[in-house]
Amino acid sequence: MREVAAEFANPVMLYSVGKDSAVMLHLAMKAFYPSKPPFPLMHVNTTWKFQEMIKFRDETVKRLGLDFIEYINQDGVTRGINPFDSGSSLHTQVMKTEALKQALDKYGFDAAFGGARRDEEKSRAKERIFSFRDRHHGWDPKNQRPELWRVYNTRINKGESIRVFPLSNWTELDIWQYIMAEDIPIVPLYFAKKRPVVERAGTLIMKDDERMKLLPGEKVEEKLVRFRTLGCYPLTGAIESDADTLEGIVTEMFTARTSERQGRLIDTDEKASMEKKKKEGYF
Amino acid sequence: MNAPTDLQKFLAAQEKKSLLRFLTCGSVDDGKSTLIGRLLYDTKLLFEDTLASLEKDSKKFGTDGDNIDFALLVDGLEAEREQGITIDVAYRFFATDKRKFIVADTPGHEQYTRNMATGASNSDLAVILIDARKGVLTQTRRHAYIASLLGIRHIVLAVNKIDLMDYSQEVFDAIVSDFHQFSARLNFASQVAIPISARFGVNVIEKSKVTPWYTGPALLSHLEVVDVDTALADTAFRLPVQWVNRPDLDFRGFSGTIAGGRIKPGAAVAVAKSGRTSKVTRIVTMDGDLEEAVAGDAVTLTLADEVDISRGDVLSDPGARPTVSDQFAAHLLWMADEELLPGRQYLLKLGTATVPAQVSALKHKIDVNTLDSHAAKTLALNEVGYANFSLAQPLAFDAYRDNRDTGGFILIDRFTNATVGAGMIDFSLMRATNVHWQALDVNKDARAALKGQRPVVLWFTGLSGSGKSTIANLVEKALAAEGKHTYLLDGDNVRHGLNRDLGFTDADRVENIRRVGEAARLFVDAGLIVLTAFISPFRSERRMARELVGEGEFLEVFVDTPIEICMRRDPKGLYEKAKAGKIKNFTGIDSPYEAPERADITLKTVESSPEDQAQGIVKYLRDKGYLG
Repeated sequence: MREVAAEFANPVMLYSVGKDSAVMLHLAMKAFYPSKPPFPLMHVNTTWKFQEMIKFRDETVKRLGLDFIEYINQDGVTRGINPFDSGSSLHTQVMKTEALKQALDKYGFDAAFGGARRDEEKSRAKERIFSFRDRHHGWDPKNQRPELWRVYNTRINKGESIRVFPLSNWTELDIWQYIMAEDIPIVPLYFAKKRPVVERAGTLIMKDDERMKLLPGEKVEEKLVRFRTLGCYPLTGAIESDADTLEGIVTEMFTARTSERQGRLIDTDEKASMEKKKKEGYF
Repeated sequence: MNAPTDLQKFLAAQEKKSLLRFLTCGSVDDGKSTLIGRLLYDTKLLFEDTLASLEKDSKKFGTDGDNIDFALLVDGLEAEREQGITIDVAYRFFATDKRKFIVADTPGHEQYTRNMATGASNSDLAVILIDARKGVLTQTRRHAYIASLLGIRHIVLAVNKIDLMDYSQEVFDAIVSDFHQFSARLNFASQVAIPISARFGVNVIEKSKVTPWYTGPALLSHLEVVDVDTALADTAFRLPVQWVNRPDLDFRGFSGTIAGGRIKPGAAVAVAKSGRTSKVTRIVTMDGDLEEAVAGDAVTLTLADEVDISRGDVLSDPGARPTVSDQFAAHLLWMADEELLPGRQYLLKLGTATVPAQVSALKHKIDVNTLDSHAAKTLALNEVGYANFSLAQPLAFDAYRDNRDTGGFILIDRFTNATVGAGMIDFSLMRATNVHWQALDVNKDARAALKGQRPVVLWFTGLSGSGKSTIANLVEKALAAEGKHTYLLDGDNVRHGLNRDLGFTDADRVENIRRVGEAARLFVDAGLIVLTAFISPFRSERRMARELVGEGEFLEVFVDTPIEICMRRDPKGLYEKAKAGKIKNFTGIDSPYEAPERADITLKTVESSPEDQAQGIVKYLRDKGYLG
């Protein structure tokens, strides 16, 4: 992280409010201490995030006294893009991928931190820690820069940028162990609680606000659930669980038989969907 | 595992586990990905949904009939699935009760050897796969050599697909003996050979009954216990300064990751380059000051004295300082399609310092099959050479064998910004420490003042026949008529003398321009207005020539004449010959010309006469104050 701060003119940390972002932010606080991280946090808000995420985000920014930018793709809002009617694919494309590109262009950021990990998904296993993006924010997996030792090539031409993944070599278990060891605050949605959920296509969706319309035959039930990953609420599946402490979550992980991204509806859109999204500029 | 007490015990055990980073390498289809898939599968690290998707994929893409094809688990990218080979380095994570592992799955295909080097640079051990049916191949030797070159001291020779050779001990022994003949010349501390079948799990996790003649450990058992401790914490203290931490005027800390040794408050440190020393006062972290920090820790130090330190400096043990020099010898692995050009300027990044550098002499390249040395003028993709480097500024470094972090560097192309080479420093060339610049009493300013002018290089560049020499000649005549002191270096004339030993390959063109740049530098130092008329087709070399002289002492003049017109003029009949194939490497025909992006002066020769162009340049010089 200090490498980025020292070598780039205008870096930014993409903060998604989730547990990985929480760890990444905590590392930044440590890396620059006693200084504050010399870059702003940016949240690309799709306007469909859980309300509790937004509340937690605002509290975190205030508590740490950081520069904060929220970006919403207004064009997408005007077009009425939403995950229910537009489909998860278009929604993610417009409100996340496009929005991120717009935001990076608008502020002219030349380096952006992200919390992605190599253990999350197959195409991410091959991602560099310093990942080069062309003028159009595209990723070319066949033309990645070799990364030797701890020497990172940070040179870019005007308009090009670098995505930086400091948590590349962390696993989901590492994240939770670190959160426990360092007592890092996380969004309460990770802990089990009675929440209003709807079962749709085999996945439990939390009815977070009135924008979610019930389909015929569906009903809202109060269930003891928690989330393993967080995103847009209509696209994030809950799991039934009684783990309401960090210890409980980690214990549950050892018995888990499904990988965390299964709760993400966007990955199953089509074959190799993550790789495709990344070539288009998704994180 | 339900009670928190068990969990706490488990977590405590997790923290104590050591981490082994290893890479798997081998030739195409030796079964690397299958082996890693097998390790993940048998250590029960696959989730149900991953497994379900694997079963689905196996039916679609699988090369193993209805059986699960483990390779599909790790071959993540679409292109790889279609071609059935791994094209990039992928990192995988798994753990057993004894150790945590990070595996770099690296490509077998020759064109991706650089990715193998990448994986090797961060690994402590290499698992080299050999197909029992094929034995030791060129790629096997190459990979063993690169692993050794990048400082890996421990290897495992996994003789895979032994099931297809009826689990034969003779086959296994022959391969191992073949390999040892080669590897005896490499610097490995431990070599263990294991007969395996990744597909059927033979000797991967547990020893199998089908190879009763094999008395060694199973692969995983070996990986769990092999001792790879390099004891970096016991080497000399090194902290490459990454970032100067200055939250306010009262605090000034130096942040970085310790690359060697250990440090305590009160310990003396030296700034390698300037030689200044001070004492560490605090090791600052967010969770309170530390009593000690060791290699691998990311820390912020404060010092007792106000010492000038910036990013790129190395804090070190005053009793065991790194070498400081602007010349060293190093092994170089070339990683770009475009070949290495000795003499061309690249950026060299070592630790946190980046400086312009060039290969001053390519000693030889190394045949990875025989380990023999051969004379070479350039290095192509995936070739390894041994070269002398010359840097624009001195750097602090160690030999790579002593410290990977302070002895390994990358080379970056100045225009594409691609990482083109990886280097491992062997030793400093002491020449640099003994030859110092001689400071002379009569200097450039004094010589220029005598002549009533400001020295400058007018660097004419353009295609053959564009009019460079003609216009440069007219400019010199006009300046001489005004009593100015000039010298014209002309491409053809220089090739009759100073550069008569050079041809027209890319490498020779680079050296040609380097010499001309140095000659121009001397003439500028003599106070002259220098005119050079060379095609000088590459941006890199023109930039190198610019950087040899001071700010404002270099004017790039682009003689912009379209190639059709040059061909029509063809004053020396060269285009005619080139088109007929009688001249090779002719700029504009079968050798590229990189036009300047921001020339100081651009001349459109089709729009006015050479005389007018020359007058324009003289006026430019007068307006800018070069003519006194």
